[in-house]
Amino acid sequence: MSTAAPSISACPACVAAPAAEAIAARRAEKDAGLVLSLPTAHCAVCISDVERTLAAMPGVRSARVNLTLKRVSVAAGPDVTADDVIARLKTIGYPAHELDPGLLSVTETDKRGRDLLMRLGVAGFAMMNIMLLSVAVWSGAEAATRDLFHWISAAIALPTLAFAGQPFFASAWTSLKARRLGMDVPISLALILASAISLYETFEGGHHAYFDAAVSLCFFLLAGRYLDYRSRAAARSAAEELAALEVPRATKLLAGEERIVPIAELAVGDLVRVRPGARMPVDGTVTEGTSEIDRSLLTGETLPVWAGEGSTVSAGEVNLTGPLTVRVSAAGRDSSLHRMADLVAVAENARTKYTSLADRMARAYSPSVHLLSLTAFAVWMYLTGDLRLSVNIAAAVLIITCPCALALAVPAVVTSASGKLFRKGFLIKDGTALERLAEVDTVVFDKTGTLTMGAPEPQDLSARSRDDLAVVAALAGASAHPLSRALAGALDAAGIRPAAVTGLREVPGWGVEGRWRGKPVRLGRAEWLGAVPGERTASWFAKGDAAPVEFAFADSPRPGAEEAVQALIASGKRVILLSGDAEAPVATLARTLGIPDWQSGMRPEEKAGRIAALTEAGHRVLMVGDGLNDTAALAGAHVSISPATALDAARTASDIVLLGQDLAPLSDALRIATVARRRIKQNFALSLAYNVIAVPVALVGLATPLIAALAMSASSITVSLNALRLK
Amino acid sequence: MEMLVYLIPVSLLLGGIGLAAFLWSLKHRQYDDPDGDANRILSDDWDDRPKP
Repeated sequence: MSTAAPSISACPACVAAPAAEAIAARRAEKDAGLVLSLPTAHCAVCISDVERTLAAMPGVRSARVNLTLKRVSVAAGPDVTADDVIARLKTIGYPAHELDPGLLSVTETDKRGRDLLMRLGVAGFAMMNIMLLSVAVWSGAEAATRDLFHWISAAIALPTLAFAGQPFFASAWTSLKARRLGMDVPISLALILASAISLYETFEGGHHAYFDAAVSLCFFLLAGRYLDYRSRAAARSAAEELAALEVPRATKLLAGEERIVPIAELAVGDLVRVRPGARMPVDGTVTEGTSEIDRSLLTGETLPVWAGEGSTVSAGEVNLTGPLTVRVSAAGRDSSLHRMADLVAVAENARTKYTSLADRMARAYSPSVHLLSLTAFAVWMYLTGDLRLSVNIAAAVLIITCPCALALAVPAVVTSASGKLFRKGFLIKDGTALERLAEVDTVVFDKTGTLTMGAPEPQDLSARSRDDLAVVAALAGASAHPLSRALAGALDAAGIRPAAVTGLREVPGWGVEGRWRGKPVRLGRAEWLGAVPGERTASWFAKGDAAPVEFAFADSPRPGAEEAVQALIASGKRVILLSGDAEAPVATLARTLGIPDWQSGMRPEEKAGRIAALTEAGHRVLMVGDGLNDTAALAGAHVSISPATALDAARTASDIVLLGQDLAPLSDALRIATVARRRIKQNFALSLAYNVIAVPVALVGLATPLIAALAMSASSITVSLNALRLK
Repeated sequence: MEMLVYLIPVSLLLGGIGLAAFLWSLKHRQYDDPDGDANRILSDDWDDRPKP
């Protein structure tokens, strides 16, 4: 609840900016350190496991886990990459994601937090000392003693306010210069007016000095500011830290020679070499080589597509088996990847600017407080003509209405709720996401990579003979194709040893062949073996002249997906599945998970269009998706979630990132958001109630420093306790 | 009431020591990982410092 409220991710330029920043940061850090997110770490054993394992890795100088942030920072030589560390951590059972190693920005944000905390400490120290003296005055210290105590209080309070109040004075000044009336203007006014009047009263030997009130006001407001800062810092770092995975470079072929160039330097007609496992940097036509292409991130299709001379490929697709040479037909701004980014920008602009509860409150609050205080001054001046009394009363009104409780109302709840969500694996990127999440009534899921793991698993292996399986294991082991790898992994897990197959050879784009006991054996695409491809994702296996047999694959649902869907339906939400995949797998999954409303074969624009139509009809949509084809829909939805395994474009476009594998906490997150919203409203009501009681007292001139201190502390503490009640 | 001459400076001094301790702990990053620190006492490994 401070001056700058609009959300961070609303600007479309930010979608493009992080990549550039990441490159700059990477250049600057050289062999500084790697920072990885460690969502499943939770205990002492996790700490020592991870630290010991990483310390044993060659090239790693030190590793330190931060359990609060669920992160590990690794200091390592330049030859150790994040992928090595992630792979190592995976073997001991800790999934990890790379975070942007811009350590510089991390320490900088830390510095601001520590600065606020230091001011908070100083204010707290001064508050307690002044309160000690004030208690003596309240309980009846007279004449010289009272004056002495007031002087000592002044000696503590004035430097304290000058130091601890700086954040408020600075932001009040900025908002005044911009001709706005922010929340900090009445705060600064109250602080300055209260200390000026108290100093004057002390000079005159008066009865009432508000030093205690001014300093405790400052303390509570700083506490609110610090909490607010913490949740904002978490939001900012989430956006910054989830590193851009792809470096925008391509291998250009120049007179038969390979050169690595930035994508921006490619022109239409250039030849580009794309290795197996790499992402297409441009749109183009294949001029040489055969391979298979994984389009799942662009379209949601799970089945790899064959590509050979003459096939068209789009930027963002992954080349699977053989090296390809591609003639560029569109690069940079014109490529399909960029058109997708433009789609996101359009959707982000269309997203109506959300005004948070706190902003709405602050907008009504500042003018009314000033008006109230001014009225009190004018009326008392008119009635009594006593300037000193009137100014005193006006200051008392300002102090009592000062938004201690209001300033704590939102940050306290948001901090406690985002802490709860973080422990469940949700990282909130946007400050208002929690409030928007509470309003959701429709949940739209993507299929591949969101409801499913996005990794194929072979089906019905036990129905085959062990001999066949052993040959298949040998063939599959010779290929890096995702289906082969899944097959080899599953067979290895089932205890099948690969048979002695000789002359193993991968035919890019088609499959693997070899000889076993004198007979040719092949594993690959249906067309290659002369079989008729079915609807399912499958590899085919042929032994000698025998008819080919099918090894079908299914994408297994993400753990917790079924629970999450059931819980959402049970809590009265409408659940929809929108996928770019073919009808059969989508229908199967919808049936397994119990989603009645599904649509397959959707293009990105259609997804975004469907979301827009739902929004038009008055629904508040939560979009959960991971692919490039979801980004526009994610940006267009009321609030959006993407898994940490999603592409950066999808993560940038969404408000909340799911760090863990498990989807089950999703409905819990919605519940927590709803409760948090209720608590925020309760807190507003509570602090208003205090004002309703205390303001009339101040207006009729009965407010003493004791009443001010009581009202302020009581309301702030009630509000904080109410926030902690969040379960 | 002469006691006040001693008691007030003493109370300020004690409070000041507390404040100094807080500022020291803040400067030495004692609040960076409270959950981790709570758990690290359970592990047998020697942490960064002090080593015997």
